[in-house]
Amino acid sequence: MTTDRIISTDGLGRDFLVGSRLRRRRVTALRDMTLQVDRGEAVGLLGPNGAGKSTAIKMLTGVLVPTAGRATVCGLDPVRRRRELAHRTGVVFGQRSQLWWDLPLRQSFDLHGAIHRVPAAAYAQRLDECVALLDLSGFLDTPVRQLSLGQRMRGEITAALLHAPELLVLDEPTIGLDLASKERLRTFLATVNARGDVTLLLTTHDLPDVERLCRRVVVVDHGRVLVDDDLNTLRERFAGNRTLVVELTEPAPPLAGLPGVVDVGVQAQGLRQRLEFDRRTSAAELIADVARRVQLRDVAVDEPSIEDLVRTLYQRS
Amino acid sequence: MAEPAGSAVVYGRIVASRLRGQLAYRTSFALDLTAQAIGQTIELFVIVVVFTQVSTLGGFTAGEVLLIFGLAACGFGLADLCVGQVERLPEYIRTGEFDVMLLRPLGTLPQLLSADVALKRVGRLGVGLAVYGWSLARLDLAWTPLRALVAVTAPLVGAVVLGALWVAANVVSFWVVDGREVANAVTYGSSFTTSYPISVYGPWLRRLMCYAVPGAFVAYFPALALLDRPDPLGLPVALRYCAPLVAVVAVLAAGALWRQGVRHYQGTGS
Repeated sequence: MTTDRIISTDGLGRDFLVGSRLRRRRVTALRDMTLQVDRGEAVGLLGPNGAGKSTAIKMLTGVLVPTAGRATVCGLDPVRRRRELAHRTGVVFGQRSQLWWDLPLRQSFDLHGAIHRVPAAAYAQRLDECVALLDLSGFLDTPVRQLSLGQRMRGEITAALLHAPELLVLDEPTIGLDLASKERLRTFLATVNARGDVTLLLTTHDLPDVERLCRRVVVVDHGRVLVDDDLNTLRERFAGNRTLVVELTEPAPPLAGLPGVVDVGVQAQGLRQRLEFDRRTSAAELIADVARRVQLRDVAVDEPSIEDLVRTLYQRS
Repeated sequence: MAEPAGSAVVYGRIVASRLRGQLAYRTSFALDLTAQAIGQTIELFVIVVVFTQVSTLGGFTAGEVLLIFGLAACGFGLADLCVGQVERLPEYIRTGEFDVMLLRPLGTLPQLLSADVALKRVGRLGVGLAVYGWSLARLDLAWTPLRALVAVTAPLVGAVVLGALWVAANVVSFWVVDGREVANAVTYGSSFTTSYPISVYGPWLRRLMCYAVPGAFVAYFPALALLDRPDPLGLPVALRYCAPLVAVVAVLAAGALWRQGVRHYQGTGS
C-alpha cells in the first residue's frame, strides 16, 4: 500500500433489512464500490437522493459496518479503528451539527481542540486562520443556536479542520445556504485543498460546488458507481456539445447552415442567437464564420453544465 | 486507546461547559433543584405514613428502614447525576446525534453520559444524604473500621450498581425504536424497590434482586452490615460485604452489553 493513498475501497457494499418482522426485505443501498483517492485530491460524490452517497460516507467514517467488501481510510479499518481515524479525519454533515448548541462558537471550538488534543500553539494558529478566511470574528461569542445557517456551517467546517485532518469529508455542505455563503465556503475549501495537505471528499446536489472544487467526479445512482473520472474528461466524453452565444448589433434571421452547428436558438427577436456545435468544431473557426455573415457585438462560449452531464449519464444507465 | 488522565481532563471540560450553561439561568435552576428535592421527600413521607400504621416493616424498625431508604436515595441520586443521561439514548439515535458521537475520537458511552449532565439532580441526592446522615447519627451503631468503610463506600458502590443497571436497560434502545418504556421501568423501578428492606417483597422478587438484578446490594445488604443485626431472611453474612464485587461484575456486564449495542447500531444504521 502506498502512503499517499487516503481512501481505498474494494467492492464496498451495504444492504439493509427493511420492513416489519413479517415482511422483511433486503434493500441494497450501495454495491460494489471500488474507489481509490490519493492525498490532496478533491473528489465530488454526486447522485440523486437515495443513491447511496451517505451510506458510502458512513462506511468510510466508521459509523456503519459494510455488508460487502472493505474500506481502508488513512490506512485504517474505519470501524475497528474508529477513534484513531476520527483524529485524522474531519467530517461535516450539512444537516447535523457537531457543535454544542448552547455554547458560544469559541467555546465549542475549545472543546473540539481539547477532544482532539490539539497543542495550544497549533490550535491558535489554525483557529486564527479560519477566523480570518471565513470571517468568523463577528459571531465567535454567539451561542451556536443563535447563528444563521451560513454562520453555523462556517463554524462546522472550522471545527472539522482544527485538528488538521488529512481527509475532510463533507456531506451536503452547502445545502440551504444563500449564494454568497456558498461562494465563501467554496473559496475557502478550494484554498485549503490547494495547499495540498487536506484531501476533500464531498457529496452534493449542488453542481457548482463540484465545478468549483473537484477535479474528479464519482457519480452514484441506485447504489452503483456509474462513472469515476476526471471532470474535464467527463465533459468531453459525455457532454459533447458546447454552445456559442452571439449578440448581434441588429436583428438577423436564424444563422442556418454553419459548419458544425447542430442547433440554432433565436432569442431577443434575433438579436441573440445560441448556436449549439459539436466537439469536433473549434469555437474560434465558428466565431470567424459567424463574423463573416453578421456584425457581432459580443460572444460567449457555454460549456455544458454538469446537470446536462449527469442527466446524460442517468439516461444511459 | 487514549491515556486515562488526558481523557479525564477532556470529559472534565465537557461537563464543566454543560454545568456553566445550566447555572446561567439561576431561577430556573433553583426551581428544578427544589422540584427534585420535593420528589424525593414525598417518597420519604410514604415511609413515615406507613410507620404510623405498623411498628415494623419486613422485620425492620422505622429508623432501620430510613437507613435503607437514605442509602438507596444516595445511591440513586448519585447514579442519576452521573448516569441518568443514558435515558436520552433513544433521542440521540433518532436525531442522528449518535452518529456525531461515533465521529469523535472518544468512547460513545462516556460521551453520552457527559453530554447532558443535569446538576438539578443534586436536589435528590441532597435529601438522600440528609436522611442517611441523620439515620447514621441516630441509630447508635457499633462502629468498627470495617463498618466505617462500608458507611462511606456504600452510597458510591450503590450508585455504581444502579448506574450499570440503567446502562444495561437502556441498551435495548439500540434494538427497539422506542425502548424507553422498558428502560424507565428499570430506572424508576430500581428507585422504588431498593428503598425498602427486601424482606417485604415476595420470594421471586427477592431472588431476582439478590441474584439477577442486584438491587439488594444497593441498600439492603450494606444496611445489614452497618446495623449488625440478623437478616430476617437468614441469608449468608458474607453477602453484606459483597456489594463492591457485585458492582465490578455489573459494570463489566453493562460495558459488554453496551459494546454489543453499538456494534448492532453500526450494523443496522439509524
